[in-house]
Amino acid sequence: MNKILFIAASALVSLGISATAGDLTGTVTFKGTPPAEKSFGDAMQADPNCTALYAAGKFPTTQWYAVSASGGLADVVVSIKGLPAASGASAAPAVLDQKGCLYTPSILAVQTGQKVIVKNSDPCVHNIHTVPKENEMKNLVQMPGGADLEFVFDKPEPFLKFQCDVHNWMFAWVSVQENQYFALSDKDGKFTIKNVPPGKYTVEFAHRKLGTKSAEVEVKADGAKQDFAFEAK
Amino acid sequence: MNAKYNPALFWFAVLTAFTTFLLIGLGGLVTSHEAGMSVPDWPTTYGYNMFLFPVDKWAGGIFYEHSHRLLASGVGFLTTVLAIWLWAKDSRKWMHWLGIAAFLLVILQGILGGLRVRWSLNWLGVPHGAVAQTFLVLTCAIALFLSRWWQNSAVQKQIAVPRGLRSHVLYLTILIFIQLLIAATMRHQHAGLAIWDFPAAHGQIWPATTPEAMADYNAHRPEGTIGNPITAFQVNLQMVHRLVAYLIFLGVAAVPFMARKRLGGGDWLTKFAWFWLVLLSLQIVLGAATVLTNKAADIATGHVMVGALAFLAGALWWLVAVRRTKAAA
Repeated sequence: MNKILFIAASALVSLGISATAGDLTGTVTFKGTPPAEKSFGDAMQADPNCTALYAAGKFPTTQWYAVSASGGLADVVVSIKGLPAASGASAAPAVLDQKGCLYTPSILAVQTGQKVIVKNSDPCVHNIHTVPKENEMKNLVQMPGGADLEFVFDKPEPFLKFQCDVHNWMFAWVSVQENQYFALSDKDGKFTIKNVPPGKYTVEFAHRKLGTKSAEVEVKADGAKQDFAFEAK
Repeated sequence: MNAKYNPALFWFAVLTAFTTFLLIGLGGLVTSHEAGMSVPDWPTTYGYNMFLFPVDKWAGGIFYEHSHRLLASGVGFLTTVLAIWLWAKDSRKWMHWLGIAAFLLVILQGILGGLRVRWSLNWLGVPHGAVAQTFLVLTCAIALFLSRWWQNSAVQKQIAVPRGLRSHVLYLTILIFIQLLIAATMRHQHAGLAIWDFPAAHGQIWPATTPEAMADYNAHRPEGTIGNPITAFQVNLQMVHRLVAYLIFLGVAAVPFMARKRLGGGDWLTKFAWFWLVLLSLQIVLGAATVLTNKAADIATGHVMVGALAFLAGALWWLVAVRRTKAAA
C-alpha cells in the first residue's frame, strides 16, 4: 500500500515539474583548426583479428574533435549544476558496443544508478577494465559472442575511463552525472536537456580534450537557449 | 667447506638465471605495452587452465601477459628443481638455504604478480619489479657459487681487492637498486611520460611544477598520449631518476680507473669494470631514447633489461671481490 502511495506521489511531483519546466537547448561549436587525429593503424597491428576488420590502409582514427562542417562540436557533456541528486535506476540503459576493435561511442554520459550495457560485436576477445577515481573498479572478460555485461556507477564522476588492455588503443569515457539534467552534444553540436525547473543555473560544458567550461543561464517556464564555443588551444 | 664442482648443477643454475633475465624482459614488455590487466583472471587465463589456453587467442596484450605467466611458471619449475638439487647434492649447508630462499622468493613473486592482477593494484607492480631484480641477482649468485672458479678460489693465489674499492662498488650497487625502485614507481604510474624532452626538462634545467605549469604541460602532451594527466609528483620523480642516473654514471665511470690503479689493467675485475661502464653508457642512451621516442615499448623494455644487467654486474663484481679478498687473507 505504502509503495503504491509513493509511486502515485512521485508521478504527481513529476507531472508538476513537467508542467512548469522547460527545455534547455543550444549548440556547442569549435573555433579554430582542430588538431590532426591519430590513426589506429599501427596500434591495431598487434591483433590480426582487428586489422582483418578493415580494408588495407583504411584504419579508423581517433575522434577527439568531432567537428561538423558548420563548426558544431560533438561529444561535449552538457550538465546543469545545483539541482538535487537523483538515481537513474529507472532510466533506459546506455549501450557501449565494442565494434571494429573500438568502443562505440567513445564518449557517453549516464546518470548514477543507470545501467551501462557493454556488448562485444567483434570476432575477438576483449577485457572491459574500468578505471574509476570514485566508483568501484572492474575488470571483466567478454568473449566473442559473449553475454552482454552490465555496469552501474553509484557516484558522479567525470569521464570515467573504460579500457581494453588486450587492445591498448581502445578507450571509452563515461561521464556519470548526479541527476538527469544533462545531455551529450550530437554530430552538429546540438543538445537538449529536457524538463529543467525554472531557475538560474550554472551549465557545464565538458570535453575530454578541451577541458570543462561553464556559463550562467536562466531557464524559464518555456525553456532557454545557451550556445557555447570552445576555442582551439 | 668447499663443495666439489658439479658442472651439470652449475649449468642448470646458469639456465635458471638466464631464463629469469628473459622473464624480466618479458615483464618489461607487459608494462611497456600496458598489457598487465589484459588477462583479468589468475591463476587461470580467461577461465582456461593456464597451460591449455588456446594459442589462437594469444593476441594483443594477451600475448605479452600470457607468455609472461608461462615463462614465469617455467622459472618457478627451474627454481624448484634447483633448490632440490642444491639440497641433495651440494655439501655446503648455506647453499641449501640459498636454494630454499630462491624457491620462496619465486613463490612470493608469483603471488605478487597474481595479486597485482586480481586486486588491480598498480603499486603492487613496484614490489613485483623489485623482487624480480633481487631474484635475478640471487640466481646469478647461486650460479657463481657453483662455478669452478668460486670453488677453486680458496686454493688459488688471489689478489685482494682494497676495502675502499669494494665499498665503492657496494654502495653504487645499492644506489642502482634504489634507482630501479624509482624506475618501477615511474613505470607503474601508467600515466605516460611526465617529461618528454632531453637533456632539458620541459625546456628547463629543473621544470616548474606550479599548478599553472602542470596545466600547461598537460595541454601540450605528445600526440597519441591517452594516459591520465601528469602530476607534479611524476615530474619530480623523473627528475630524481635523471639525477640519480648521472650520479650512478659518474660513480661507475670511476671504477675501472680505481681498479686499474689498485689491481692492474689486466686484472679480470678491471676488465669487468670497463664492461660495467659500457653497460651504464648504453643505459643512459636508452634512457634518453625512451624519453625522445615517447616511451616506445621496445626501447623502454631495453632500458629495463640493461638496468637489470647493470644492477647484476655491480652485485657480481662485489661478490667476486669479497671472495678474492677473503681467499687472499
